Amino acid sequence: MSVTIRIPTQLRTLTGGAGAVEVDGATVGEALKQLDAAHPGLAERLFDADGALRRFVNVFLADEDVRFLDGLATPVSPGQTLSIVPAVAGG
Amino acid sequence: MVDCVTGLRCRECARPFPAEALHVCDYCFGPLEVAYDYERIAATVTRERIAAGPRSIWRYRDLLPVDDEAPVDLGAGFTPLVRADRLAAELGLGELWIKDDTANPTGSFKDRVVSVALTKARQLGFKVAACASTGNLANSVAAHAARAGLESVVLIPHDLEAAKVTMTTIYGGTVIAVEGTYDDVNRLCAELTSERPSWAFVNVNVRTYYAEGSKTLAFEIAEQLGWEAPDHVVVPIGSGSQLTKVAKGFRELGEVGLLDEVPEVRISGAQAEGCSPVATAFAEGTDAIRPVRPHTIAKSLAIGNPADGWYALEAMRASGGSCAAVTDDEVVEAIGLLARTEGIFAETAGGVTIATLAKLAASGAARRDERVVALVTGHGLKTVEALTGQGRPSATIAPTLDAFDAAVRDREESESTR
Repeated sequence: MSVTIRIPTQLRTLTGGAGAVEVDGATVGEALKQLDAAHPGLAERLFDADGALRRFVNVFLADEDVRFLDGLATPVSPGQTLSIVPAVAGG
Repeated sequence: MVDCVTGLRCRECARPFPAEALHVCDYCFGPLEVAYDYERIAATVTRERIAAGPRSIWRYRDLLPVDDEAPVDLGAGFTPLVRADRLAAELGLGELWIKDDTANPTGSFKDRVVSVALTKARQLGFKVAACASTGNLANSVAAHAARAGLESVVLIPHDLEAAKVTMTTIYGGTVIAVEGTYDDVNRLCAELTSERPSWAFVNVNVRTYYAEGSKTLAFEIAEQLGWEAPDHVVVPIGSGSQLTKVAKGFRELGEVGLLDEVPEVRISGAQAEGCSPVATAFAEGTDAIRPVRPHTIAKSLAIGNPADGWYALEAMRASGGSCAAVTDDEVVEAIGLLARTEGIFAETAGGVTIATLAKLAASGAARRDERVVALVTGHGLKTVEALTGQGRPSATIAPTLDAFDAAVRDREESESTR
């Protein structure tokens, strides 16, 4: 079983319109790398030049901000859902 | 209907976008900002033209991101700017003013941003108004949607104050309580925006326009001071959007010639200690804002992951302002102080502002020789739970003159022995 990554509107041009993509990977970082392998160009949008998540990109694992967990090193289990969500909202 | 908007622009990477329902740069995820033709605005706008306008935010329509002969309007804005000498004396300040946004139609500053957002949403063809809210926005979206004949879907944390929930439901829209914090609600709405593109989430996909409504606070303060800028403004911080836009508002007044030059206004921020990611970053001198899990009675400011935190920090630092956080006890104390000295009953966020102002005054960050304005952004009736145990009568008596005299005598005696 694989990990599901939910894709926001802003990135769906790179996923052929798909709102969710299945990937493999043992950590959040690996799963996102797999996503880029399947849909080239996504990494450039998610990561800055130093390889960290961009300031305005939030990633949630099972609805928890990965910054409250271990960031990109957070382990993921098969069947879990990762959500990529633009940070600029609310208030 | 001719607005002076030239388009939208990413605040981070400056990529241009059309003036549609977009809030995030689809390249770098940075926030989009409304871009204006300031030369055209400058050629049109005058103090006289504004004075001849309605007594609402729409008197500044030339500087708003949407123009409409009949905006979605309950009369938001042009709230009192009250000289607060008694409070100033208590705090050791000189010239102090309170911008009393409790006087808005649904009792908070959110009416400013919602009136702008829904006017734009209607122009863009949306039929449903939605939002993630800590309560004040929920009240305002539900009310303005009702006024405009739009459907509304409001998402709130499940543990909001009773008055805010009641006041949202009365307008007849859909109200969804979410088991989680505001940040959870916000994340859900950010995801829903991708799944329900036909809904106008005022603080998500039409946030670019929505946020501009807060500039009217700066416009009004300057106009009400006789077209002069204050020296120092104290603004509460939830997402940081309001503070950022107040700074932008003062800047624009100079850019379009309503003030002789871009004024130097120090902007200071106020947070509750139980949710102070911006105040913490300010104190540490960093721009890395660590998200927190909020725990404070100031629920309208309980945003642990503030979208505009960086920009608020930037605005405070660039203007020579300050930032502080206060305890819940200080918030309650400050609500009472403002009410006793100036007759204004503020919600907890107003208590945060006044308590922070007191702190800034004590530390010298707010000075006696400054003209200071404090923003009181919401009405106290919305958060009475915060004052539980305090709202008791001085005495409860039988309906007789003797009982009255006895009660008053007791009270006078206890006062004189204090």
